[in-house]
Amino acid sequence: MSAPRVDGLPQQHGSPTQQMPLVAPRSAFAHDWTRIARMGSIAAFGQVFIALSNMPVRLDERLIIKPVLSLGYLVLLILPFAAGYRQGHQIRREGVPTYSPGLNEVVGGFLCGALAGAGLSLLTILLTHFDLRDPLVNWSPMLLNLLSFDNSSWFGGVIWLAIGAAMGTAGGLLRLVGPTSRRATITIVLAVTGAAVLESVVVDLAEGLGLEPLTDRLYHRRGGINWNSALGLAGLCGLLAVTGQGRLRQAKSFHAQLQGKQRTQANGGLIILTATLLIVLPLFLGKLTNELLANVGLFVLLALGLNIVVGLAGILDLGYVAFFAVGSYTAAVLTSATSSRITPEIPWLAALIVVVILTGLVGLFIGAPVIRMRGDYLAIVTLGFGEIIRLLFLSDWLSGWFGGAQGFTKIPAAGIFGLTEVDGTDPRRVFYLVLAFCALAIYVSWRLERSRLGRAWMAVREDETVAEAMGINTVNIKLLAFVVGAMLGSLSGAIFAAKVGSVFPSSFQILVSIVILVVVIFGGMGNIVGVIAGAAVLIGVLGGPKQPGLLAEFAEFKLLIYGALLIWMMLAKPEGLIPNVRRTRELHHHEMAQDAWLQGQPPRR
Amino acid sequence: MSSEPLLEMRQVNAHYGAVHALVDVNLAINQGELVCLLGGNASGKSTTLKTLLGMLKPTSGEVVLNGEVVNDKPTSYRVSQGVTMVPENRRLFKRLTVRENLDLGAYLRVDARQIAGDMERVFELFPRVKERLNQKAGTLSGGEQQMVAIGRALMSDPKVLLMDEPSMGLAPALVQQNFELIQQIHETGMTVFMVEQNANMALSIADRGWVLQTGRVVLDDTAQNLLAHPELQASYLGTAK
Repeated sequence: MSAPRVDGLPQQHGSPTQQMPLVAPRSAFAHDWTRIARMGSIAAFGQVFIALSNMPVRLDERLIIKPVLSLGYLVLLILPFAAGYRQGHQIRREGVPTYSPGLNEVVGGFLCGALAGAGLSLLTILLTHFDLRDPLVNWSPMLLNLLSFDNSSWFGGVIWLAIGAAMGTAGGLLRLVGPTSRRATITIVLAVTGAAVLESVVVDLAEGLGLEPLTDRLYHRRGGINWNSALGLAGLCGLLAVTGQGRLRQAKSFHAQLQGKQRTQANGGLIILTATLLIVLPLFLGKLTNELLANVGLFVLLALGLNIVVGLAGILDLGYVAFFAVGSYTAAVLTSATSSRITPEIPWLAALIVVVILTGLVGLFIGAPVIRMRGDYLAIVTLGFGEIIRLLFLSDWLSGWFGGAQGFTKIPAAGIFGLTEVDGTDPRRVFYLVLAFCALAIYVSWRLERSRLGRAWMAVREDETVAEAMGINTVNIKLLAFVVGAMLGSLSGAIFAAKVGSVFPSSFQILVSIVILVVVIFGGMGNIVGVIAGAAVLIGVLGGPKQPGLLAEFAEFKLLIYGALLIWMMLAKPEGLIPNVRRTRELHHHEMAQDAWLQGQPPRR
Repeated sequence: MSSEPLLEMRQVNAHYGAVHALVDVNLAINQGELVCLLGGNASGKSTTLKTLLGMLKPTSGEVVLNGEVVNDKPTSYRVSQGVTMVPENRRLFKRLTVRENLDLGAYLRVDARQIAGDMERVFELFPRVKERLNQKAGTLSGGEQQMVAIGRALMSDPKVLLMDEPSMGLAPALVQQNFELIQQIHETGMTVFMVEQNANMALSIADRGWVLQTGRVVLDDTAQNLLAHPELQASYLGTAK
């Protein structure tokens, strides 16, 4: 290794005694071989793993660019590219000039990509020549055909090597080019894949707006963007990226500069704009897309509730689905005629009041013994209670009340003051109903965050012992967070019951708890906008535990992708998609301190 | 000395499970005093604080605040009655702003005008704190954090300030500064009870002190006498080696 690299925290404190060049400009072809080898092999393993997870075969039917590229092949292109891009990555330090990238990046990228491609080549050849059907359950002729491009395995091997090297080189090149071209390239790639992946929504929206001719031109009849339209789209997006360069950042910094009243007005304007969009847009959307939006809304509601528990009060609740279940079941028992024990049936809105109060009580009941614990113990106990609730609904013992494994069916539509009836047959109405409750939940969360109670929650989250010493009754305060969270979650449950028209214990698996938690963590704990964004990305794009998302093809790989995203998130952006300002500073504080140290400045006071 | 102590422990015993942490401890803190409790590791100093603040219930004996037995009263009640603690290592709410930290100190109080007045008083004592008001507490320097920690405690309008190891985890220069801060607070008429390992430093500013050893009060005297005490010299001050 000829290039000195700066890794980790400085060994000694204080300023460096002599100002040696910490990051020397690398001379031509002086490579960091370990890094290239590491990146390349990680990518190679990743490629083999993806291939063997059967993802390419399943996704092969979904065309991205007709007839060149399918989603199945696309997932095999990402890793070599990323490895090629990443290998040129040096630790980025704020304020310290780094070396300028050169030909090294390209060569490094080429090698990285080739290594990644070699993994796949090897797999292709191995699969053909050895019978690995037994250990590798996903081995199939389809996979082999896909990997060998319907040709001989040697042909496939060579092609994969070439593709890997090409993608790696492209990744390296991307680091070489200026920021403008980089932005343009990224915009083009994202726009084209985005347009292809979101095809159903775009077509749906276009139909609603009467723009079918446009989408007819853009998309092929049998899916995928047409080859020539893809080029056109790429050109358009590239142009937009170059001309619109920095506009977004300008707008952002302009917004950040606003003070006091102006800022409030700007925020108000943004909120009104978003609200109008959310109210108007569904009118032009079809059933499927509205259904999707409604599902996202249900999870936003759940995530907002959990955000109060986890994000504000710092109680790691792994059994949050319990409140979703109690909400659903209470609504079902009260409104459905199939529940024999409780008659007469009451209208949905009236039932909702009972639902909220009852779930709050259940929250109190579960929370009271649990909340005295701290940290890991608490998390495990909540996990247990989440399962207990589901098993109670499933049990024969209570089947007279809750229908056991059969659950409830024929739950009537939710009537809203006799104005309208909301059920699953018209997802648009469901969406509006969910939207109304989301707005309520957002308002409640927002107010709570800034209240005395919210401050007390944050104090408990930060340091429970000291919070107690401040005179905060920590047990009661935590219990209150638990109950408020439960109430918000129950709203989602009640809407869910009316929407689906039936409830079964199997809808309330532990997975739901985990997905909601992932949404909160992914979006950014303790941040309302972040939580909404997290739900939109995870539930909207990938899909919920049982709800299909935009990428319906990914359904069976959902958990795999959730896991990968979460790991990536923890490594790259531990504070979440849209971070809470507090957390960012905390998590990156040591990096800033390190940068200051490197610059020979005294630690910031 | 006034007739009735502000805060008192009478024959207090406390246990952690089977461990007898405090044995027949008698302490009396009078109005306007600066007193200190000395002791080595695991001598029961923190347990004493916890018991005074109500985070630990004594197994026998009485904790008396303003003449009222408060054994069964929760921490929140005792804080509202004028006991407050500056925790060991400052322990600010790091992700909250300085202002939020101060507001949390006044958590149990309702009169907004008085709270605002007390905040002004904190600013008078520590002008630095005012400059940092909207900064996250975790980004402050050690000395500033100590100011905020004391300020936060003062925001509850306390009658007696309990300080848990104020010199812990601070650079020597800051320790000096810190004891000056405590003296400054004491000069405003505040009753201060501090728990320390740094006996020399603590006794140099205190009026009286106790020495705790494995849960028992072994010495109870004025600061000057304690400083001169041969046993204490040997065990804590390290001069008789």
